[in-house]
Amino acid sequence: MSSVVAQVWATLEPLTDPEIPVVTLRELGILRDVTETAEGVEVVITPTYTGCPAMGQIEDDVKACLTQAGIAARVVTRLAPAWTTDWMSDEAKEKLRAYGIAPPHTTRPAVSVVKFMRHRPAPEAVACPRCGSTHTAVSSQFGSTACKALYKCLDCQEPFDYFKPY
Amino acid sequence: MSAPVEYILHLADNAVVLGQRNAEWCGHGPILEEDIAMGNVSLDYIGQARLLYQLAAARLGGDATEDKLAYFRDDTQFRNYTLLELPHNGPLVGYAVSNRDYATTITRNFLYGALMVLVWEALETSPDADLAAIAAKSLKEARYHLHHAADWLVRFGDGTDESHQRAQAAVDHLFVYTEEFWTPSAAEEAAVASGAGVDVRSLRAAWDAIVNDTLTEATLVRPEVRGYITEGKQGRHSEHLSYLLGEMQGLARAHPGATW
Repeated sequence: MSSVVAQVWATLEPLTDPEIPVVTLRELGILRDVTETAEGVEVVITPTYTGCPAMGQIEDDVKACLTQAGIAARVVTRLAPAWTTDWMSDEAKEKLRAYGIAPPHTTRPAVSVVKFMRHRPAPEAVACPRCGSTHTAVSSQFGSTACKALYKCLDCQEPFDYFKPY
Repeated sequence: MSAPVEYILHLADNAVVLGQRNAEWCGHGPILEEDIAMGNVSLDYIGQARLLYQLAAARLGGDATEDKLAYFRDDTQFRNYTLLELPHNGPLVGYAVSNRDYATTITRNFLYGALMVLVWEALETSPDADLAAIAAKSLKEARYHLHHAADWLVRFGDGTDESHQRAQAAVDHLFVYTEEFWTPSAAEEAAVASGAGVDVRSLRAAWDAIVNDTLTEATLVRPEVRGYITEGKQGRHSEHLSYLLGEMQGLARAHPGATW
């Protein structure tokens, strides 16, 4: 890794998700790559959900951070490969849990949609981030942000967010 | 190998029109959780539309932008399915507290969602790499939308007498519009000829299987449909699209180029 590339990674390391300030953009897998090209340094980010309103903020944050550090770099959005929660490290998942958001399970291999509808798999048990009980239920498949679903714990009675496997 | 721009606009217009329509529930959802759900589903659709309009604008070149494509084309230039522009009121609704019927909303999302999972699955391997990348992202969202809509359709159909009656009425009302899916437009034919698109007719058996299974689980009856086949994707729309676009485009047209 060249010194300038390493410097960019180090500069961007403190940047966190605007909605979930305990995990960094790198840990979430949004910050994909830093490369040195003939035209200068290129920072690659990838969107989470196509309509996530935080993506504009994230791009602005990355640009502002680079400008403040006096680094001239282009910020490029790349769609493929499509972002997945499987890129999240165990460390990041633990941070989410400690913050009160149940971390995502590993995504299941995609099955044909016809089969998927005919034999809908039983939902995986999601552990309550407060008390650890897996005696939980879905309140809503959609939550406060695009990436989360709403659950409740049937033991400690607390509602909580579940970061959807995606 | 590139998909024709007209085809990309067809996909984009579908997404933006249903996104705008579903967003009408924002602040008016039948329950809080579904209010949030429809907001999220709409955001996904509008996000998909943006990616597709950006791609179309890049390919058109010149002064084309995603905003110009969304806000400055007239109703007859839109290439969305007629199904997606219809209002939320079904045949049984017009009661005092609402002119929107959630069974109609859910049924439409289900019928269209089942199609789009299949379309994106096929386009995920399109030789048009830009379109394939959008398809791979959209597929994840489409699967989730279909799951949500199917769950609610089963809950309504296999629920109370009232919810069953409303769900069946919505199915009877909307089903005829799905015939439009299976009659390729010139843009769809051009996309197939280019090698970058999917022949919708090849998806019909899988769509039938999804729809029939779910309707059976929901104790609903699939209606016989015949008669006029709508042609929204060829620019011949119902009057409802004009009102929808009037609201969606009004601000941008009153203040062209405004930023905040």
